[in-house]
Amino acid sequence: MSPAQHYVEHYRTLALPGRHLPWLRRLREEAQSRFSEAGFPSPREEEWKYTNVSALEKKLFVPSVGTPTAVADTSALARLRLEDAWSLVFVDGIYSAEHSVTDGLPEGVIATSLANALERYPDRIEGLFNQAVPQDAHGFIAFTIAYFRDGAFVHLPPGKILDKPLQVIHFSTRPDGLSVARNLVALEQNAEATVVETYAGTGDLSYLTASVTEISVGENAGLEHYKLQSETVKGYHFGGIYAREARSARFRQHHLAFGGLLARTEIHAHLGLGAECELDGLFLATGRRHLDTQTLIHHRAPCGTSRETYRGIAADRARGVFSGRIVVHPDAQKTDAEMSNRNLLLSEDAEIDSKPQLEIHADDVKCAHGVTVGQLDPEAVFYLESRGVDEPTARNMLTFAFANEMVEKIRPSSLNRLVQDELLSSLPQSDIRKDWL
Amino acid sequence: MLKIENLHVRVDDTPILKGISLDIKPGEVHAIMGPNGSGKSTLSHVLAGRAGYEVTAGTVSYLGRSLLEMKPEERAREGVFLAFQYPVEIAGVSNIYLLKAALNAIRKHKGLSEVDAMDFLKLVKEKIKAVNLDEQFLYRGVNEGFSGGEKKRNEILQMAVLEPRLCILDETDSGLDIDALRLVAEGVNSLRSPDRSFILVTHYQRLLNYIKPDCVHVLAYGRIVKSGDASLALELEKKGYGWVDQLVSVGA
Repeated sequence: MSPAQHYVEHYRTLALPGRHLPWLRRLREEAQSRFSEAGFPSPREEEWKYTNVSALEKKLFVPSVGTPTAVADTSALARLRLEDAWSLVFVDGIYSAEHSVTDGLPEGVIATSLANALERYPDRIEGLFNQAVPQDAHGFIAFTIAYFRDGAFVHLPPGKILDKPLQVIHFSTRPDGLSVARNLVALEQNAEATVVETYAGTGDLSYLTASVTEISVGENAGLEHYKLQSETVKGYHFGGIYAREARSARFRQHHLAFGGLLARTEIHAHLGLGAECELDGLFLATGRRHLDTQTLIHHRAPCGTSRETYRGIAADRARGVFSGRIVVHPDAQKTDAEMSNRNLLLSEDAEIDSKPQLEIHADDVKCAHGVTVGQLDPEAVFYLESRGVDEPTARNMLTFAFANEMVEKIRPSSLNRLVQDELLSSLPQSDIRKDWL
Repeated sequence: MLKIENLHVRVDDTPILKGISLDIKPGEVHAIMGPNGSGKSTLSHVLAGRAGYEVTAGTVSYLGRSLLEMKPEERAREGVFLAFQYPVEIAGVSNIYLLKAALNAIRKHKGLSEVDAMDFLKLVKEKIKAVNLDEQFLYRGVNEGFSGGEKKRNEILQMAVLEPRLCILDETDSGLDIDALRLVAEGVNSLRSPDRSFILVTHYQRLLNYIKPDCVHVLAYGRIVKSGDASLALELEKKGYGWVDQLVSVGA
C-alpha cells in the first residue's frame, strides 16, 4: 500500500469536521485525489530540492480518534505557555477546551476551534478558507485540505484590538501520531492582534504535524505573528503560513525554528497597495536535524514595503535551508524590498543552503538582498579567551549573540523569555548564564 | 614577574621576532617602541596566546611558570591582560555580561565564590565613571558601534575591573585624541602598584608624557636594538626612527 493509500484508508472512517458543507466536501475530495496521485512532494520539484521527505513515506503516522487525549505531562505544556495571554490548545490535532484560555476576549472577537467555527460560522469560513494558499498547492497543502481535523479560528471585527497575545499551541503526545491542522486568522480593517503559534511534543516521540495557517490582514489592520517550532528531536513538521494583506495593512511575522528531525515552514505574503511586511526568522539546527524555511513575498500593488531578516545556524551534522523569494509584479511600482540572510556554520559536517531570489517586473522599485554563510570569527573567539573565557564557552557566547539579535526582535516579553530558553537549551554545551543576561 | 629569553617567533614562514629578551619585575612599567612592522604587536599577541604564531625558540616565564604552555584563557585567569589595538565588536553579548563572565572566570580560578550581583554593579559603575564612559555602554554589545576612543576606554575599563597582574597595552594610544589619551593614562596610572607590571607597546612617545616608564626598549626588525630609561623615548622622539636604522647597522 502506498503512503497515500494508507492515509486515504485511515481517513475513510474518520469523522472530519464540516461534512455538512458541500463546498468543503468538494475541496476535500479534490485535494484527496490530488494527494492520492502525487503524494508528498519529491526532491525533483525545484522548491523541494534540498528537502527530501521520502523518510515520511517509510513511516506511517496514525491520526488520533475520538476526543482529545489529556496531556499527561502537563509541565511540558505549562513551560510553553505564555503568561498573560489567551490560548487555544490543540492536543494531537484536536482542540482541548480544558487547556485553552479564552475568558475575557473583547466582545465580537472570535477565538475558537475551526471544527466549532465550521458549525457556527460556515459562511465566514467559506470566504476565508483556501483563499491564501498557493493555487498550485503541493502535496502537503493538499494533504491538509483533505485531512485536517481541527485548527484555530481567530477573527477580529473592524477596529478591535487585542491587548494581549493570543497563543495557539499544537502539542503532540502520541508515538507515531499524526496531527493535521488548518488555522485561520482574519483581521478586519483597523484591527490589531498578536498571535503566537507554538509547536511541540512530549519527550522524544516521533510524530508528524502538518499545519497550515491562512492569514487575512484587512485594510490598515496590523498583525504581529510568531511561530515557535520546538518539535521533538524525532518529530516531523510541515508548516505553512500564507498571508494576504489588504491596502495599508501591516504584517510582521517572526519564525523561530529549533526543533524537529525534519521540519519545513513556508511563509508567503501577498502585499496590497501600500502594505508593509516584515519577515524575521531564526533557525538553530543541531544534531542531525534538517530545518528548511521557504519565504515568498509577492508585491502585487504599488508602494509596498517589505523587510526580511533571516539568520540560520547549523551545528554537528545538521542541515539548514533558506530560500527567500521576492516577486515584484508589474503593477507594483514604488516597491521597497530588502532581504538579508546571514548564516553560521558551527561544524565541518553541518551544511546550509541559502537561495535568495529577486524577480522584478516593475521598473521603479528599490530592491536589495544580501546573503552570507560563515563561521565564528576567530578574532572574536580569541578576544573572549583573552578575558578568561574558555573556548567552548566563547564559541557559545558568540553563537548565542548571533542568534539573540533575532530573539531581541520578539516584542511580547514572555515569548522573548521562552524563546531565549529554547535557544539556550538548544545550544550544544551551552554555558551561557541566563541570570547575567 | 615576566622573563622573556631569546624568543623567536614565526608567522607562516616569515620570522618576525628574532631573539627577544626582557626581564620585567613586579611594579615596573616597560615601554616597547618601534616603527611599524618591527614586531611589537606580534610580541603582545604571543604573550596573550593568540593562535597563528609559531615559537621556534626561546622561553617565557610568568610568575615562575612557562607562559607559552598555557592556553589563552588560563593566562587571563592567571592575571595576564592584553588591551587590544583593535578591540573586536561583539554584537549581541553585552559589555556587562562579558565583564561578569570574565571576572567570575578569574575568581573561580582563584577558588573564590561568584561575585555578588550588587557588589559587581557597584564596582563596575565606579570603574566606568573613571574612564568617563556613560553607564549605558555597559548594556550595549561589546564595543558595538563604539568610536575608536570609546573602544580603548572600554579596554581600560575591563582592565580596571579584572585587576590583572601583567597588563599589556598594544598601541592603546593610537587614534586617541589628547583627552582620551589622558583618560587612558590616568586609568593606567591609577592601577600602578608594587605587584602589577605593565608593557606599553607604542609607536609614539606622547603616551609616555603621561605614563612614566621604568624602562624603554626599542624594537626593530624583530630585535631589541636599544634599552634605556625614560629619556630614551625622548631621544627617539627627537631623532626619529631613522636613528634606529643607524643603530641596527652599527650593531650589525
